[in-house]
Amino acid sequence: MTKDIYIVGIETSCDETAASVVRNGNEIISNVVASQIISQKRFGGVVPEIASRHHVEQITLVIEEALISAGLKPKELDAVAVTEGPGLVGALLIGVNAAKAFAFANGLPIIGVHHIAGHIYANELMQPMAFPLLALIVSGGHTELVLMEEHGSFKLIGETRDDAAGEAYDKVARVLGLPYPGGPQIDRLAAESDGVVDFPRAWLESDSYDFSFSGLKSSVINYKHNLEQRGEKVNPHHVAAGFQVSVVEVLTTKAVKAAREYGVKQVIAAGGVAANSGLRASLEEAFGKEEIPFYVPPIALCTDNAAMIAAAGSAMYVDGVRGTLAMNGKPGMPLDSWK
Amino acid sequence: MIWLGIDTANTPLSVAIVKDGVLMMEENTALAVNHSLSAMPAIENLLNKVGMTPADIDRIAVSEGPGSYTGVRIGVTIAKTLAWTLEKPLVGISSLKVLASNVLFFDGIICPLVDARRGNVYAAGYQFDKSGLVSVFEDGHYSLDELIARLTEQEKPVLFVGKDTALHEQALLEQLGHRATFAPLQFNLPRASSLIHAAEHSAREAEVHTFVPEYRRMAEAETNWLKAQGKEPGRG
Ligand SMILES: [Zn+2]
Repeated sequence: MTKDIYIVGIETSCDETAASVVRNGNEIISNVVASQIISQKRFGGVVPEIASRHHVEQITLVIEEALISAGLKPKELDAVAVTEGPGLVGALLIGVNAAKAFAFANGLPIIGVHHIAGHIYANELMQPMAFPLLALIVSGGHTELVLMEEHGSFKLIGETRDDAAGEAYDKVARVLGLPYPGGPQIDRLAAESDGVVDFPRAWLESDSYDFSFSGLKSSVINYKHNLEQRGEKVNPHHVAAGFQVSVVEVLTTKAVKAAREYGVKQVIAAGGVAANSGLRASLEEAFGKEEIPFYVPPIALCTDNAAMIAAAGSAMYVDGVRGTLAMNGKPGMPLDSWK
Repeated sequence: MIWLGIDTANTPLSVAIVKDGVLMMEENTALAVNHSLSAMPAIENLLNKVGMTPADIDRIAVSEGPGSYTGVRIGVTIAKTLAWTLEKPLVGISSLKVLASNVLFFDGIICPLVDARRGNVYAAGYQFDKSGLVSVFEDGHYSLDELIARLTEQEKPVLFVGKDTALHEQALLEQLGHRATFAPLQFNLPRASSLIHAAEHSAREAEVHTFVPEYRRMAEAETNWLKAQGKEPGRG
């Protein structure tokens, strides 16, 4: 019998302070998230300085709680995995420095994890990954299609050229006067809607897997503006449904096309917007027809969390990847292979 | 009793180990602009050189601000994480008091000063007596004019300390005349040994989990939000 591997993950790239212990890369032992949503709500979005202040307040408490609920002492861990980037620089470096200090004090190796690799590896906590694998990452900061041929190899085949999908949701929600965060609000209105406003789809060039959502956002603003000029009332349900259907159709169509082209054995969705019920239903239906296994982790593992960082960190640990105490937060970290 | 001291509150970096009241080693640099990268390697290097392990540390002192928001947070995050996981006491000391502690024996007002841009400074007023440094006016974010007004009230000689005093030397001399003096260069960088000295004389042991920087200033978004609510923003 081989020895179990315990990795603590730490995540502070945006506005969640999170820590988690994962066993053997696929089993969550503890998962603690301190959210700042209530504080950031006042500002209608994440303010980097406020987020950083909250992280300092929460960081040791959150790591301690993750260890206590795992019933483990620091010395019983095998390594510390931390989000190295991308993200808000001031927020990232709270996690990175806490991780370095914790690793140093306890003589543990440190591993710097790419946030998106984390989102992808959240799926390893649910079922084993099968390669080649296509990952659709959709969140407030990301809209990416990533092809993985094996563990630790990431090939970016498409990304957003302007707003991230989640960003577009938040902006459109603001136009409709909905509270932050806007994604769940629009999803709810769309689900309840009895009509749909027809907004354009941004396909870009026919051979491109890139995305663009800023044009759609402008269409929504123009639509509202025109109605108001004519003294008519905007139906927020219809606008939300129209916006969502446009986003979902583009994401689904491009993901299906990529899955076919690369002959993938598994498709996974990840990131906060993957929790969106409209997107989930559309992807499930499309890949059901394609007969390609499709998975989305439960909501708590779609939104930012540290279990996903520990999961990716575990695979890196097994692969022999190690960081140093000179590790720094990398706001624009590229999604390179860790090999 | 082995102390580890960490100051990353502004551009300079200082880390030190003091054992039984003796400074074993200190590293000071005015160039370490990237504390996030360099603070932990500096601490590791320090312990290696004095032949100690993290578990040998009995107490941790950290410069808690005011200063660069990011700089202060790095030192505080490292210090509170070490103190928590090593289960050792943590003492936070004002970064301005650390500078003032470089020039303890001045007879008059000791005024540590850090530039805060747009005509503002982080500054404080201290006086030395047998019991140590006594606050004359509190750490704060002041406009240079406000600071000069406070110092004029005191009618005592003033010693300015900190490398940023050079930026305001002319204005201070114009306003305070011969009452203004400036610390020579060797006293103008924060020293973790001065920090540890101040921490040894402090009765204030921090509650590790809730310990946060003393920003002495609200985040801009917070100030704007309060204004929008029709409330008067305070001094964070
Ligand atoms: Zn994320």
